[in-house]
Amino acid sequence: MLGLEDLSREEILAVLDTAESFAEVSRRDRKKVPALLGRIVFNLFFENSTRTRTSFSLAAKRLSADVQDFSASVSSISKGETFIDTAKNIEAMGCDVMVVRHPTPGAPHLLSQHVSSSIINAGDGAHEHPTQGLLDLMTIRQAKGKIEGLTVALLGDISHSRVARSNIWGLLKLGAKVILCGPPTLVPRSMERLGCEVAYRLEDVLPRCDVINVLRIQFERQQGGLFPSVGEYSQFYMMTQDRVRLAKPDLLILAPGPINRGVELTPEVADGKHSAILDQVTNGLAVRMAVLYLLSGKMDARPAGE
Amino acid sequence: MGREDEVRTCDAGETGELIRGMAGRIWDGSAPGTSPRLIGVRSRGVTLAERLAAEGIEQGLGEAVVGAVDITLYRDDLDKARRWPVLRGTDIPFDVDGADVVLVDDVLFTGRTIRAAINAICDLGRPARIRLAVLVDRGWRELPIQPDVVGLTLDTHRRDRVQVRLRPFDATDEIVTIPAAPRLSPS
Repeated sequence: MLGLEDLSREEILAVLDTAESFAEVSRRDRKKVPALLGRIVFNLFFENSTRTRTSFSLAAKRLSADVQDFSASVSSISKGETFIDTAKNIEAMGCDVMVVRHPTPGAPHLLSQHVSSSIINAGDGAHEHPTQGLLDLMTIRQAKGKIEGLTVALLGDISHSRVARSNIWGLLKLGAKVILCGPPTLVPRSMERLGCEVAYRLEDVLPRCDVINVLRIQFERQQGGLFPSVGEYSQFYMMTQDRVRLAKPDLLILAPGPINRGVELTPEVADGKHSAILDQVTNGLAVRMAVLYLLSGKMDARPAGE
Repeated sequence: MGREDEVRTCDAGETGELIRGMAGRIWDGSAPGTSPRLIGVRSRGVTLAERLAAEGIEQGLGEAVVGAVDITLYRDDLDKARRWPVLRGTDIPFDVDGADVVLVDDVLFTGRTIRAAINAICDLGRPARIRLAVLVDRGWRELPIQPDVVGLTLDTHRRDRVQVRLRPFDATDEIVTIPAAPRLSPS
């Protein structure tokens, strides 16, 4: 599971259908099934994350796998060991699945050429974040009953967003129209080549949207100077109640989090009736259970028949 | 739908008769005044459970509550699966804790599916009792599991396949056996 760019429409739908079944497990009193009993899942995080790592850990534990966290800051990486050697050492401990987050785009792909464990990309630089893309698709499908034919806008820092890329591949494969909206410095016109519409005025886009995915301004990935000030960005692109009123009455608002209240959306919008932010977190667990389960069997990526 | 090499063991009329008989015995074994809690093993076990519930009303035995258990996550052979398994989900509309449960499946063979189903049900609560009702017991158990209510006991070879077809999941009711291909004996 390296990215949604690599998956077919059928494979994406198979993961979403499987995730729906896992959501039932999470609603039980005893939230555990023995599907991955005896398997070992390693979280290899070379970049900070609380939400995604916790979600993967809980997902693996609900499937009865053993989970081991690995943080680069306290590891032998700081003593000079290479990324691939670290992974090979972990594999020698009997690892079945590696969940990899790395600041360098393509790092999980590189690893997949050197180890035989299943690898799940949990975010590689500004490239992809496939499980986030899948949980966004699951949330949209739950709320709207479909994805095909919807118009979905991705708002904000598209250039630096791995969530945006995974969303673009997933949404286009499932038949949605995708609009990328933000300041020209964060949404280069060249992104039209991906098959999306590019727009710079949020007010023009909102009336056409069924769904808007509000991306975080990634201050840590920017060199600075891509927009004049946070205040000015908010003035033009923050989702406010007034802007929500420009959209369809059943607008669905997603945000991958962590959200910056008062920058990307106002607290009223983040906690309002259009927001599916907490559903996304719940669905994230189900999607990660599905991905861990489907990859652990080392099976063909085609659904079984009767 | 049928295969050329299959042998029909029971036609629609005979299959219906087996289900009618099973319903009577399920209600006979239930505590007086209680509705049986039928949990079918997906997929045809659920169809059979629904048919048994309909028989209960037809014969004036009373109503039954029907649930469904998906054992995919409890299989002990994930390693051997070649394709992504399709999960259909567990859906039991009553509290399993303290319930008198009848587990229902179409064919009983090695017993591994039933073991998985019992584990899945016990993860949801602690039933007072679990009985097992199957339409066909074809033998060849690999675990010490025996049914309480059986429609038909069938003598089979280990590698034969036994298929149950049930309306409305299938177009007709029937039980067929597909014999194992004869082995070439050394000349």
